[in-house]
Amino acid sequence: MKALIIDDEPLARSIIKEYLTQHPGIEIIQECNDGFEGVKAIMQHQPDLIFLDIQMPKINGFEMLELIEQPPAVIFTTAFEEYAIKAFEAHAVDYLLKPFGKERFDKAIQKWMETKEKSANNTRQLIDAVVASTGQQNRIVVRENGKIKIIPLADIHYLEAADDYVKIYTTEGYFLKNKTMSSFENSLPKDLFVRTHRSFIVNIQMITRLDPYEKETYLAVLSTGKKIPVSKTGYLKLKEVLGI
Amino acid sequence: MSKSFLSNKGVPFIFAGWWLVWTFLQWNILLKFGISETEAIVDSYLSNIFLGLSCLLIINNMRYYLPKKEKYWYVLTVSLVLSFVWVIVLKLLLGIIFKNDTAYLNILSQSTTLRFGFGFLMIGCISTVSLLWFTQQDFIQTENQKRAVEQLAKDAELFKLRQQLHPHFLFNSLNSISALIVSQPEKARHMVQQLSDFLRGTLKKEEHVLNSLNEELQHLQLYLDIEKVRFGHRLNTVIQVEESARLLQVPALLLQPAVENAIKFGLYDVIGAVTITIHATIQGNSLQIEITNPFDEHTSQTAGGTGFGLASIKRRLFLIFGRADLLTTTAHNHIFTATILIPQKNESTYY
Repeated sequence: MKALIIDDEPLARSIIKEYLTQHPGIEIIQECNDGFEGVKAIMQHQPDLIFLDIQMPKINGFEMLELIEQPPAVIFTTAFEEYAIKAFEAHAVDYLLKPFGKERFDKAIQKWMETKEKSANNTRQLIDAVVASTGQQNRIVVRENGKIKIIPLADIHYLEAADDYVKIYTTEGYFLKNKTMSSFENSLPKDLFVRTHRSFIVNIQMITRLDPYEKETYLAVLSTGKKIPVSKTGYLKLKEVLGI
Repeated sequence: MSKSFLSNKGVPFIFAGWWLVWTFLQWNILLKFGISETEAIVDSYLSNIFLGLSCLLIINNMRYYLPKKEKYWYVLTVSLVLSFVWVIVLKLLLGIIFKNDTAYLNILSQSTTLRFGFGFLMIGCISTVSLLWFTQQDFIQTENQKRAVEQLAKDAELFKLRQQLHPHFLFNSLNSISALIVSQPEKARHMVQQLSDFLRGTLKKEEHVLNSLNEELQHLQLYLDIEKVRFGHRLNTVIQVEESARLLQVPALLLQPAVENAIKFGLYDVIGAVTITIHATIQGNSLQIEITNPFDEHTSQTAGGTGFGLASIKRRLFLIFGRADLLTTTAHNHIFTATILIPQKNESTYY
């Protein structure tokens, strides 16, 4: 069994290492200081289990998980994070509230052993649930050619559905993210981003005008010249946000 | 219920004196009409004593009941009724006392209208003064209550802002201690000591008391020492303080949250080593504290905003000094600077 510890505090990592010495079946293949190292190490080693802190430099634990297509099973180790507790309970293998004792740690390991098969599948659901429960995001983290990119919301023109992915169009071209349109619709600020169409979410600050199209539908023209379809319900939503 | 203005020191004498003066004047006037001295004295004394009593009645009445609406109509009606009653009672009484003196009864009868007018003016005047006085009392009382309520709200808010010592910090520190206990027990014990000292300092301080910068720096040092155990490999701090600034005053527990904010954004916004600088100087009549931390303009979680930590510091400065311009921030070259100005006064507490 391969495990990875991702935490920005060396002492916090050392306590997990110490507790793991009692579990000879689990080998620590690497320790990571932040999410960037974490993504790299996960890609490289394909661990079975990760111990993940949430508050870390640059990108937090959730954002890091979002960047991995097949996330491994996760045990969160965190100080009190009230908002996320419910999501953890539903989908994480377990979460350990710092400081945690040996017995509690052993219980988490045992729980993982018992539910090993399905726990990896749960990680994807967990991410969506956490994003939904933590409310609005103010940036999107993507990975392209092995590099991690943080996109501020203001740089986003629009989002377009593309099979299992969402294409995020920005000034620098588009980025792919393995997430659903509805999860974006829920997590992006509602006063800035409107789902104008089944397959489109638009940054309303980019819209320069609305042209009538076919019966009761419209085309939103962006400042870049790009035309985005607006459905009948999308038009109602736009009207409300724009106050027209 | 407010006190009547008659309960003020000296006022009862003025009130009595006032009526004595009018008694004397009335006596003199009556003498000119050629009535006997006894009649003039009895008449003027009785008139003014009854008039004075009527006024007392009104003043006392207003202590318990102050009309909210149409108060001037109230004064007018009461004055008219009372002066009317006063004239009737006076006429009856004097008529009985001097029932054999036709000359006097004649004058008494002729002066009825004049007496009524005089009584009305007198009672009207006094009740108007009384009304204004009680209205003002009412106003002062409401004003005091309002101020007390505001003060309470302000205290509560200050308390809350101060309470925002992040539980994160506490739990993560405990976690570090837990890790040190096995590997480095001496260091663990030392850290428990530091954490206890820090918490004690946080708990005992009153939010609106001003402490010397030196004292606050000592408290800050405890915090920094703990953070360095957690992030020692990444966190550097540079503290520069102008010697004469050390004795200047800062609101208790203002500095540490400001630095905590800088550390948080520095550590979570940048990968690798982070240097936080704290620079205290005297600027005219104020103490200026500059706190800098590195940050990434493009990806900062706060997107260039001040974040919650600084917003609450700004609010505290406003509550204490009544100024909204004491905290300013600038950001360039990947360095975020928060500048706090603390006006210096000599009192140890405000309000």
